Amino acid sequence: MSLFNARSAWTIYKHELARALRTALQSIIAPLLSTMLYFVVFGAAIGGRMESGLEGVDYGAFIVPGLLMLTLLSESTANGAFGIYMPRFTGAIYELLSAPVGFAETLVGFVGAAATKSLVLAAIIVGTARFFVDYTIVHPVLVLCFVLLVSASFSLFGFILGIWAKSFEQVGMVPSLFVMPLTFLGGTFYSINLLPEPWRSVALFNPMVYLVNGLRWCFYGQADFPVIVSLLMALGFLALCIAIIARIFATGWRLRS
Amino acid sequence: MFPAMQDILEIEGLTKTYDGGFTALNGVDLTIRKGEIFALLGPNGAGKTTLIGAVCGLVQPSSGTIRAFGEDMGRHWRTLRRRIGLVPQELATDMFETVLHTVNYSRGLFGLAPDAARVEQILRTLSLWDKREESLSALSGGMKRRVLIAKALAHDPELLFLDEPTAGVDVELRRDMWTHIAALREQGTTIILTTHYIEEAEEMADRVGIIQKGRIRMVEETRAMMARLGRTEAVFTLAAPISAIPEGLSGHSLSLAEDGGALVYRGGDGTGQGKSEVAALTKALIAHKVDYTAIDIRESNLEEIFVNLLENQSDTGEGA
Ligand SMILES: Nc1ncnc2c1ncn2[C@@H]1O[C@H](COP(=O)(O)OP(=O)(O)OP(=O)(O)O)[C@@H](O)[C@H]1O
Ligand SMILES: [Mg+2]
Repeated sequence: MSLFNARSAWTIYKHELARALRTALQSIIAPLLSTMLYFVVFGAAIGGRMESGLEGVDYGAFIVPGLLMLTLLSESTANGAFGIYMPRFTGAIYELLSAPVGFAETLVGFVGAAATKSLVLAAIIVGTARFFVDYTIVHPVLVLCFVLLVSASFSLFGFILGIWAKSFEQVGMVPSLFVMPLTFLGGTFYSINLLPEPWRSVALFNPMVYLVNGLRWCFYGQADFPVIVSLLMALGFLALCIAIIARIFATGWRLRS
Repeated sequence: MFPAMQDILEIEGLTKTYDGGFTALNGVDLTIRKGEIFALLGPNGAGKTTLIGAVCGLVQPSSGTIRAFGEDMGRHWRTLRRRIGLVPQELATDMFETVLHTVNYSRGLFGLAPDAARVEQILRTLSLWDKREESLSALSGGMKRRVLIAKALAHDPELLFLDEPTAGVDVELRRDMWTHIAALREQGTTIILTTHYIEEAEEMADRVGIIQKGRIRMVEETRAMMARLGRTEAVFTLAAPISAIPEGLSGHSLSLAEDGGALVYRGGDGTGQGKSEVAALTKALIAHKVDYTAIDIRESNLEEIFVNLLENQSDTGEGA
């Protein structure tokens, strides 16, 4: 009995990346442009007059990890969601369901491709940001690991969303109504410690706060919380998403009638 | 006849109740033999697509077992599905891909290494080679259906499901399709197809199964079924009306039309026996000085048999 059809997984992975290339404008250029606009406005233009709250890090550099996180989370979620929602919508999912692919192949294929796209986007953003602000990454390897972890988790989250959704609206709703605003308010542009009470305590209930801070720590070695908290939050979320998807595949929920 | 045909698919007690509570399959038992063409016939909503879906992993069975190639589908699906192909009833594909891309994708998805020559061969056989760089959205309905067939053939399945392969296909192409299907069978592929064109089943199928309201009503060899239920009907238009069938002709299963202007023969068994009886009858009529001006003779086809069967059985054993 075979446990994993590697070629099937690889085929899905390539197919999804090809789809992304076909829509390169939408999947790379659009998010890149909006991120760059933030850098121009908040980093270069207003940033000079702002305090970051971190020692030796000016405001323009301070917002780089936050903005990166903002893009990563919404793009990973959207990529993961559309990857599976599209075939559900067109009916092409019949082939996937009749193919020798299960939980493992689907995850590696769809989520792997979604995460790859996020990584490429992250690399482009980090590279382009240098044109606008000056910064030095303290833990580059950790940045890579954290970006990978977050991309994978939110691609998985998007995948669940894409299986749950019954319309295009619902697919688009969650990233723009929850992921984006929560990240925006989650310390992308300011340190949580600068907030007055009770807003600081309220902010602690926002999970994005820990992710943004985790990445910021990897960038500059300082953040509002110990990095281990962020790491545990991210790993916990990853585990939760995997467990939910395993359950979806076991029951066939919204996949098999 | 092959003396020891192997069973390639064994379905036992298959029941499917959809979430809404509707029972689309109700204790289906069905065995498909290796190498045969099996036609599954039944009215709209009988459960044909549901049955195929249950075997192919699109529908979660409520109960029952499905064995393919002698192994349990539920346990060994990862290896078994590689050997099964499906052409769905609905035209469902990603419309932005090209023909060549989508067929290559199907092959890889089922775990096979790329094989440009094999894919070219499949596309050529289905007259799609010239369209290989077209995106699917630019193809006609009949072409899209052929692309779905090409996709299903891309991994060289041993067991192939064709859910209404000729729906929306023009007459000429339908003949073509029959040739393709026959060629596949020659190569050893076992084929299960559904169709609403009964003559298609009559033409191609080794066996037919009739499903109605989620139950299999009958499974039989096409020829045997035709022989058992087939009839010859001959209408002799008489030169002059008669009031009664002449004494000496009473052994010929004849009836007199209401106005006495025609004699109607019904009999035979679908193997040609009826025709020879009609031949004998022509001489007998002459001998009895019954003159006629026209003979209209025809064989009842599978369609009539099918319609009669459904009518006779619909009042017995109501499915849920
Ligand atoms: N996903 C579903 N949820 C609920 N009921 C369903 C679902 N799919 C099919 N059915 C019902 O199950 C019954 C059998 O449907 P099925 O598609 O198997 O019929 P069929 O024999 O293929 O018909 P047709 O010849 O029209 O294709 C129908 O009454 C249909 O309404
Ligand atoms: Mg159907």
